[in-house]
Amino acid sequence: MASEIFVAVLQYLISGLTNGAIYALIALGFGIIFNATHIINFAQGEFVMLGALCAISLYQVFPSLPAAFLGATLLVTLLGLLFERLALRPVQDRSPLTLIIITVGGAVLLKGLAMLWWGKEAYNLPPFTGATPLHLGPATILPQNLWVLGVAALLVAGLEAFFRLTLTGKAMRACAYNPVAARLAGIPAMRMVQLSFGLSAALGAAGGILIAPLTLGVYDMGTMLGLKGFSAAILGGLGSSLGGVLGGLVLGVAESLASGLISSGYRDAVAFFILLLALFLRPQGLLGGKG
Amino acid sequence: MRRLTPFAPWALFALLLAVLPVALRNDYHLSLLNFIGLHTILVVGLNLLMGYAGQISLGHAAFFGVGAYTSGILTATYGVNPWLALAAGLALAAGLAVLIGIPALKLRGYYLAMATLGFGVIVYIFFVQAQGLTGGPSGLSGIPALSLPGFTFHTPLRLYGLIWTATLGILALSAGLVDSRLGRALRALHDSEMAAESLGIHTQRLKLLIFVWSALYASLAGSLYAHTLNFIAPSSFDIMFSIKLVTMVVVGGMASIWGSLLGAGVLTLLPELLVVFHDFEVVIFGGVLMVVMIFLPRGLVRGLLDLWEYRHFRREGRTGG
Repeated sequence: MASEIFVAVLQYLISGLTNGAIYALIALGFGIIFNATHIINFAQGEFVMLGALCAISLYQVFPSLPAAFLGATLLVTLLGLLFERLALRPVQDRSPLTLIIITVGGAVLLKGLAMLWWGKEAYNLPPFTGATPLHLGPATILPQNLWVLGVAALLVAGLEAFFRLTLTGKAMRACAYNPVAARLAGIPAMRMVQLSFGLSAALGAAGGILIAPLTLGVYDMGTMLGLKGFSAAILGGLGSSLGGVLGGLVLGVAESLASGLISSGYRDAVAFFILLLALFLRPQGLLGGKG
Repeated sequence: MRRLTPFAPWALFALLLAVLPVALRNDYHLSLLNFIGLHTILVVGLNLLMGYAGQISLGHAAFFGVGAYTSGILTATYGVNPWLALAAGLALAAGLAVLIGIPALKLRGYYLAMATLGFGVIVYIFFVQAQGLTGGPSGLSGIPALSLPGFTFHTPLRLYGLIWTATLGILALSAGLVDSRLGRALRALHDSEMAAESLGIHTQRLKLLIFVWSALYASLAGSLYAHTLNFIAPSSFDIMFSIKLVTMVVVGGMASIWGSLLGAGVLTLLPELLVVFHDFEVVIFGGVLMVVMIFLPRGLVRGLLDLWEYRHFRREGRTGG
């Protein structure tokens, strides 16, 4: 009996960590844009959906997974750059209220366009390397779970290296600390803002493509994923990359355990309950500084 | 005479409301107008919050739903007097708004947007999941009509009278609020929180008050909605409806009481009048939100008027010298 519970918990842990890794990627996207602009980009979840659906469409045309992955990520990155250029840069009244409404509008618009283009049905993307479950002690794990965890870890490490080691990454961090001083030092701040949108669109798209083989791709998947990634970002501390990863994993595991052990119907409510709890008890997030 | 002028638009509007049902004499058109009235109550409340307090609620559909489900459950399942149920809905909505508002408004920035968004999702999931209480996804039916002794509000015409009396009352109340000392404090708050605080305005309490106020409007509209349709289902209270309400505020123009009526009217009528609108509804709402906020952040009507004035005066300036 006790061992049965142990196996079940282990199983929930695996699926929780897998979802959590996706939430972490989305949370990082929120953080990158927030650092660069102090905007909460409510369209982040739609980049995830577009990543998944573009990859599925590309795969139908040319059945190569690496090509579909790269192609879809590239397309969505372009869209992220375009979104900043067309929807946010021309805005004269840069109050947060205006910017929030614009990104909410962008999210709704992208979702609506996706519904017109792909329809309401869910599409399947084959797993990257087969669907034979691997045995991990008493529990089983799908190869795709490992792909999600592995690629997500790689992306997080790559992102961290980009911000710490490359000149562009350092310039972006300088803009986040102090945009005026960064501009005085000759950094094209506007370009950095646009780049932040491209980067977080790419992260979101990658997350969507990774999760598509496990959950199917459908036009309205982005809203929930975006909101959960956002909850993860708040939980970990908005703008902190380690916090985003931690927040994502904690959220994924909590959600999976709660839905398995308590009730699966309230699964989606868990993330938002945690969001509200985090806002009330520790608004700066688990790893955020004071303020 | 001058003192009467502020009341002229109100008198005209009340007259128009009284004449409209005679002119229409069509139940479908009347119920359409009833929905515009209900949406107006919701949008005025959200507009007070967005236009005057400078905060945004992305979960206003939840407060609408709290009113509707409190009224629905108490009357249909437990046989409580509908007016008492309506009051219970108001109390519950206010309590929830205080619960969310106090911690979220203590923080500067846009934490209220996030907290209300999370709240909206949780409430929606609750409506779907708590089947024993709410009837689950298939909804709750058998909600009785509101009534006064010897008079039941069960025909579209009678409901028209009820809803638009309420709407007119809410519009007048809101206009009064905006013109009061409190309204001036709100505008100061919107322009600069720091300046408002240095003038001795307790900004946090003020924002909370307006948030609770707008939740009360939403709950009232929800109760009226439940007793109008006699049936409610969770899908009327999802995030998309919250976003539609924001769009109505934006189209009508923030910080404009009459604009709320206009925004609610236009965006309630359009989907009904244009059949094509149905397929493109989501795209249109999203597109309108973006385009208006990018190019005409003062609202569609005010923005177009501004544009016209700008051109007009530029031309006059040119001919005049």
